[in-house]
Amino acid sequence: MRALLDARTMFDREFLNIRARLLEVAAALDRVDRAAGRNKIGTDDRWPQVSAAVRVLCDGAPDRAERVEMVFSDPYDPNWRTPSSR
Amino acid sequence: MRYVDPHIHMVSRITDDYVRMARAGCVAVSEPAFWAGFDRGSAEAFRDYFRQLVEFEPRRAAAFGIHHFCWLCINAKEAENVSLAREVIAVIPEFLDRPGVLGIGEIGLNKNTANEVAIFEAQVELALKTDELLLVHTPHLADKYKGTRMILDILSSDARVKPGRVLIDHVEEHTIRHVLDGGFWAGITLYPTTKCTPERAVDLVERYGSQRIMANSAGDWGPSNPMNVPDFVRALRERGHDDQAIQRLVYDNPLRYFSQSPRCNFPPESLEPA
Repeated sequence: MRALLDARTMFDREFLNIRARLLEVAAALDRVDRAAGRNKIGTDDRWPQVSAAVRVLCDGAPDRAERVEMVFSDPYDPNWRTPSSR
Repeated sequence: MRYVDPHIHMVSRITDDYVRMARAGCVAVSEPAFWAGFDRGSAEAFRDYFRQLVEFEPRRAAAFGIHHFCWLCINAKEAENVSLAREVIAVIPEFLDRPGVLGIGEIGLNKNTANEVAIFEAQVELALKTDELLLVHTPHLADKYKGTRMILDILSSDARVKPGRVLIDHVEEHTIRHVLDGGFWAGITLYPTTKCTPERAVDLVERYGSQRIMANSAGDWGPSNPMNVPDFVRALRERGHDDQAIQRLVYDNPLRYFSQSPRCNFPPESLEPA
């Protein structure tokens, strides 16, 4: 199976979805900013993940969905079975 | 269009869902054994649950013209209780010869712990001894990539495992290539927030093809939608894919996989050549 719609058609169809979902992200970040105690979560280690994911969206390289998934994924150690890697 | 939902937990759904699914063209469902939302207290509780899967749910589904298959296992979440898990594994063979039992599932990993690995390996061993199909759950969210790679390591390291008899479920963009490259079947789960959307599922089949891929709703006791496979059909049509291509994904492929079990007693009609 291959993609059947051309890029112009796809972008015309997806633009409002892209706009709406980016607005959701922006609004959620604003919501966190307005909540009490915002200054206490600045060191939460999920913030760098959010920033890294946004950078993936903007970098122009392909496979953004896969790369965003990997931003939010624990690392895999191919030597996980050996006792020293535990 | 006729379709099969190859992974849905109907024990946690109301009967109205069967009505809606039948109306939308569902002719069969496949229901793996899963975590009920709480940790069961005994192997007897699992025996009763297995009876519900092999006796009650097929009757409930049949009232709406839907054929019900099931899978049996101790799930990845409750596998952390190793002693209970081993008791449950000993119960499973009592049910393996019942009509509609397709194999062992959904086994897998949850938080990728050593206990989960041990119980996963024990159930793979059971499936190999009894020549059963496997349905494998891959972890959620941050644990998914690591857990999927660990699962593939375990399966690929055993020469007795035939990849064509293993369905690795809940694949996403960062795991599907590893699953397909290993020769396994891949299940794409259409589930809000934590898994795929119908649109992303169409992206995946356009990138990776329709061989050894199927889509499911994994409808369960959480916010989920048993109409997601029909929504996947809609999304495929919106992208211009024809009915033959769509039927391959939502009907032929699941039945092609299930028909490897001698207890798949649903007559597949005019399956397209693989």
